[in-house]
Amino acid sequence: MTNNNEKTEYWRWLEYKKVMPNKDWKKAKIITAGVDVGSVGSKAVIMLDGEIYAWSVMRTGSNSSDSAKKALGWAMEDTGLTLEDFHYIVGTGYGRVNVPMANRAITEIACHAKGANYIWGPTVRTVLDVGGQDVKAIKIDENGKVVSFLMNDKCAAGTGRGMEVIADLLKIPIEDVGKESLRVNEEPEPVSSTCVVFAKTEAVGLLRKGWTKEKVIAAYVRAMAIRMSDLIEKVGCEKDFVITGGQSKNIGIVKRVENILGVKRLPVPNLKETGLDPVSAGAIGAALFAKALYEKSLKQ
Amino acid sequence: MVVSAGVDMGTQRVKVAIIKDKQVVGKAQEFVGFEPIKAAEKALEEALKDASISRDEIEHITATGAGVDMATFADSTVSMMGADAKAGTYFFSSARTVIDVGAEDARAVKCDEYGIMQDFIVNARCAAGAGTFIEAMARALEVELEDMGALSLHAERASPINASCVIFAESDVVSLIHREEPKTEIARAIFDAMAERVSSMVKRLGINPDVVLVGGVAKDVGFVTSLKRRLGIEILIPKEPIYAGAIGAALVAARKAKRSRRQ
Repeated sequence: MTNNNEKTEYWRWLEYKKVMPNKDWKKAKIITAGVDVGSVGSKAVIMLDGEIYAWSVMRTGSNSSDSAKKALGWAMEDTGLTLEDFHYIVGTGYGRVNVPMANRAITEIACHAKGANYIWGPTVRTVLDVGGQDVKAIKIDENGKVVSFLMNDKCAAGTGRGMEVIADLLKIPIEDVGKESLRVNEEPEPVSSTCVVFAKTEAVGLLRKGWTKEKVIAAYVRAMAIRMSDLIEKVGCEKDFVITGGQSKNIGIVKRVENILGVKRLPVPNLKETGLDPVSAGAIGAALFAKALYEKSLKQ
Repeated sequence: MVVSAGVDMGTQRVKVAIIKDKQVVGKAQEFVGFEPIKAAEKALEEALKDASISRDEIEHITATGAGVDMATFADSTVSMMGADAKAGTYFFSSARTVIDVGAEDARAVKCDEYGIMQDFIVNARCAAGAGTFIEAMARALEVELEDMGALSLHAERASPINASCVIFAESDVVSLIHREEPKTEIARAIFDAMAERVSSMVKRLGINPDVVLVGGVAKDVGFVTSLKRRLGIEILIPKEPIYAGAIGAALVAARKAKRSRRQ
């Protein structure tokens, strides 16, 4: 590590992609894709006959349609696939209306519900989706259909973006936030400011008071977990419970939400082997919708 | 002959006003920084110098503001709403609604002709309706804070931004700059959004004319223009709106001083 590339953007999370080995798209009947252009992350999932083949997760740029092209392009890289090979593509997420290669746009609420049902199976009833600029509590039925939902997209408190801001302030790499927040002997009082702008000021004050970084991040993560739990309780938390979106990887959030609600979330499947990534739940749902829509068009 | 002082412990600045026979004779402000008590003491000293008055001449000091607990040297305290009501009617006797937009909160107060508060509403939970919003956006736009207002007046329209939240608006502004949207229109969008929040708060309270606007943000021509457009009524603004809290507190202090003389 030289000084030149020392980490200064602590919020910048790692981008990743994968193509499943031992799968041949040339043998597939239906090739579909789901592209989820989130406010912070863009995810693309390619499916062969309804099974995951390749996927990518990257940061959304300043332009939704470029981000969609980049994410899908990166997932297609090294596969030999071209856009013409896709039978149907569905766009979803915050920038869903700007997915140029999509045949259709579907809301991310429906896509996350469908994706959660696919990842964890038909027993899932409650989905907490913590996105970059919103947080949603979704109730679903055994078919992965939305029964009801509640959303906060007006305010950064309790979203991934809020977490990034605090991680940057405390100089903790975003992927380590969860781990660091659990390195406290006892739970500190949660940060009292709702607003992230004020929480930043409060965090600086706590550091000046002599709190350790771990203690401050624990106090912030706890406040976030409380907000998320409130949202879930308003919808009503039914088992089985799962967490999707970028913050599903934040073990500090997960553990605290589980404690507050008194419910364990279903464990995350083995991503490397299965491609079932809770971060890509929306894109997975979109790719499944794409398959269903294509099959429907064949019948007409 | 009563000499009193009001200290407004704001989140960003401490303001002090000295009143002698119902006239403001001295005032000063200091940034709070990390030592609010020191800042308050310094502002008081400066205000005394400004008024050519010695500290022993002050009969009563009343403190107000978010950091009121820090003002250990004060003889009494008054709520921010109470101070706003007093100051609003002091500036304009016709004032019946006082809107106060500070660095970290916004308030609206209804009062009677004696400057007694009757009802109020506060937003202190969210930075999108307060001065911090403009500061954060000026940073994102890379323009000076004091130039934001004038910049916004040149706009024909407002850019589309997610302005419900300062954090979201920051990332939106960065994207808009990438797309080479005119800064004038981005600035206009920011003031419109802020004015929307403040005006909906005031409307929930209900408006009795005349309306007076005070607090640090009342100096910002961009915000004032947007707020007038939103409320659709004339707004009165005193010359030095940032001192409203301090002046209101000093007026309360003067009354307390008179009362203690009678005892």
